[in-house]
Amino acid sequence: MGETLADNVIYRNVYAFVEGALGPDWAWAAYAAGGLAIILLVANGVMAIGTGYTWFERRLLGRFQGRLGPNRAGPFGLFQPIADAIKLISKEDIIALGADKVVFTLAPVVMLAPTILVLAVIPFGSGSWLADLNVAALYIAAVSGIATIAVMMAGYASPNSFSLFGSMRAVAMLVSYEVPLVMALLGVTILAQSMSLVDIVEAQALPFLIVTPLGALVFLAAVSAELNRAPFDVTEAESELVAGYMTEYSGMKYGVFMLAEFTNTVVAGAIFAALFLQGWKWAVLPSHLWFLIKVGGFVFVAVWVRATLPRFRLDQILSAAWKYLFPLSLLNAMLLAAEVIIWPERGAAELGIMAAVNWAVSVPAALLWSRAVSLRSAPPTLAALSPRAFSGAAGRARQAPGGEAAPDSAARSAGTEGG
Amino acid sequence: MTLRTEPVVVNVGPHHPSTHGVFRMKLTFDGENIIDAEPVIGYLHRGTEKLAEERQYTQVITLTDRLDYVSSMTNNQAYVLSCERLVGIEPPARGKYLRVIAAELQRVASHLIGVGFFLQELGVFGGTALMYAFRERERILDMFEMLCGARITLSYMRIGGVLQDAPEEFWPSLRSFLDDMPGYADEMQALVFESEIVRARAIGVAPVSAEDAVAASFTGPILRASGVAWDWRKAAPYDVYDQVEFEVPTCEGGDNYDRFWVRMQEVRQSLRIIEQCCAQIEPGPVRATMAMLFRPPPGEAYVPIEAPKGELGFYLVSDGSIAPYRCHVRSPSFMSLTLFREMLVGWKLADAIVTLGSLDFNMGEVDR
Repeated sequence: MGETLADNVIYRNVYAFVEGALGPDWAWAAYAAGGLAIILLVANGVMAIGTGYTWFERRLLGRFQGRLGPNRAGPFGLFQPIADAIKLISKEDIIALGADKVVFTLAPVVMLAPTILVLAVIPFGSGSWLADLNVAALYIAAVSGIATIAVMMAGYASPNSFSLFGSMRAVAMLVSYEVPLVMALLGVTILAQSMSLVDIVEAQALPFLIVTPLGALVFLAAVSAELNRAPFDVTEAESELVAGYMTEYSGMKYGVFMLAEFTNTVVAGAIFAALFLQGWKWAVLPSHLWFLIKVGGFVFVAVWVRATLPRFRLDQILSAAWKYLFPLSLLNAMLLAAEVIIWPERGAAELGIMAAVNWAVSVPAALLWSRAVSLRSAPPTLAALSPRAFSGAAGRARQAPGGEAAPDSAARSAGTEGG
Repeated sequence: MTLRTEPVVVNVGPHHPSTHGVFRMKLTFDGENIIDAEPVIGYLHRGTEKLAEERQYTQVITLTDRLDYVSSMTNNQAYVLSCERLVGIEPPARGKYLRVIAAELQRVASHLIGVGFFLQELGVFGGTALMYAFRERERILDMFEMLCGARITLSYMRIGGVLQDAPEEFWPSLRSFLDDMPGYADEMQALVFESEIVRARAIGVAPVSAEDAVAASFTGPILRASGVAWDWRKAAPYDVYDQVEFEVPTCEGGDNYDRFWVRMQEVRQSLRIIEQCCAQIEPGPVRATMAMLFRPPPGEAYVPIEAPKGELGFYLVSDGSIAPYRCHVRSPSFMSLTLFREMLVGWKLADAIVTLGSLDFNMGEVDR
């Protein structure tokens, strides 16, 4: 880490400035100031991208739905996020009566924390990352779980049934989806023989999206669930739960939730790009820009899915996680483990052979397994209340198309026909 | 260790994104499962029936616009048909054809909204299908604007015919709509009805048997989805429905999926009817000559029609004065809520929302 950080222009200048001002005894302060400058830059930069992404998402959704999307504030509506931010900041910050004030206030902050923390290990370009952590994959899985706690806090602190429903759903769903997510990360880790994202990127002579399609599929599904994005967005299902755990939030607290949510999508895109799309590699453009384009591809697909797919019901989501994604991710991990033993050295050629084997196994497995697992509804098993049971008018024959006799209104219409 | 749990009562509505106006449901939950449901209506009550008693027969037409405000045309039609029965007047042929064309366009518009909201309620952000549906509905509203100058509250139909003949630009516009709409219907079908998630969410959910549907006075698409091919356009043809050929689509399951499927098929049948009307319509007067202010003979009349949501009829009682003595509205939406509790109990909150959508009721018509 030190070497790449020391090469950084901003770090060098800040370091030199502080050291020059305070003297060589204060080298630690110069080091801290330099590091802080970089962290501030990355965290705020990514959040700015997340804010800008709201414009991208709304605009693109508009295109998918045959509307225009925001186009009033600035050229192409580009200043819409700024206008939204000003509006949210200037709104009254309401804490509902009966809310647990401390938890209520803390929840948005906790929600934003994992977003920022994950940034530490993401390689944004050739040689630019904050930390090349040797357990980065594990770190991502662990840190992203914090968001669950934030959702639970928000739901618990809000005096609102919809919030409670939303957070209950969130906990049930996120706990289930951690498992396939980690299993998908395990597949990549086996393939790269390292948990460091930098090593994983370096190991991708071929994009892992091609080498391990099943892993990418499971990861995409699991990460959509972690992000509360369609088709797994039951926690804030607006047609059912109004806004889920965010129902009681207003003003900038709501804004922070939304910021975390949109930034999370971008960050998830960055993780996906690093894990499955060769990160900054195979660059015809500057590596940072190339990385950003890959992230853009991911978020484009995310918006596309959001505009097309309806959401599952909660029990279907849990079924999908345990019955479908979990076995497939196990299969994927075992397959990769076996292949790693067969081909200890993995260049582009070996990865190509592995890709051929994986595709040949994955596609039939995914299709067959999707046949075996049904998400269709069974009739409710709840003990019937049935005080006003369906009696039905037994004996009434079904009508053929264009039939003559009326079912229930026959008598009435016959009586009034001549009126 | 055993957890002590207790049911929680949640008020869904009247302020809620998916309550189709101002409908309120008192749902009792055990976890996510609904164990009791109670509909609470009356938030949009405007006293239409009472207001009708204080107005002349012709003035009541504007009140009917506001009943089911996404299908004003058929509301007008039901009212003027009852009035005509009361007065004993017959509109000229061209007027009848224009009525049927307008009513079928209205049926397409209403069903488009119903089907469009399906995906919205299933949870696509902003409802892509809804926006597509609105795109086509917009063309229908443009055509209505050509017919009568209004888009939503139309008051196009008059006792003894329609307001005015369709202008020149109406026919090419209708022609291009009839050419385009089947393709849009295919698109909608591919987007909504062939999606596996939609099938998983809707097939088999909240089914109603044919017997129960009949016993609950269901009419319209929700009755036909349960397998009863009952349609007033076939059973007691009004206007020129006896001159055109069409089928009454039915399904067997009576679940949410079937209720929407039937609507989608009816859109295609409506287009068929309009095609035939366009071929058959001939020049002539559109409105029978009669006084604006008239006194029908004492008596009563009820002419049920097949509105997009089911049987709609105005039961009019005349005492020989210039205003109806009594005007009762038999609204399909109100009857659709009959099995509310039985349909929802045992299912989950997410299913309840879709089930409400599949009933496609309109609060303007429920509360009146």
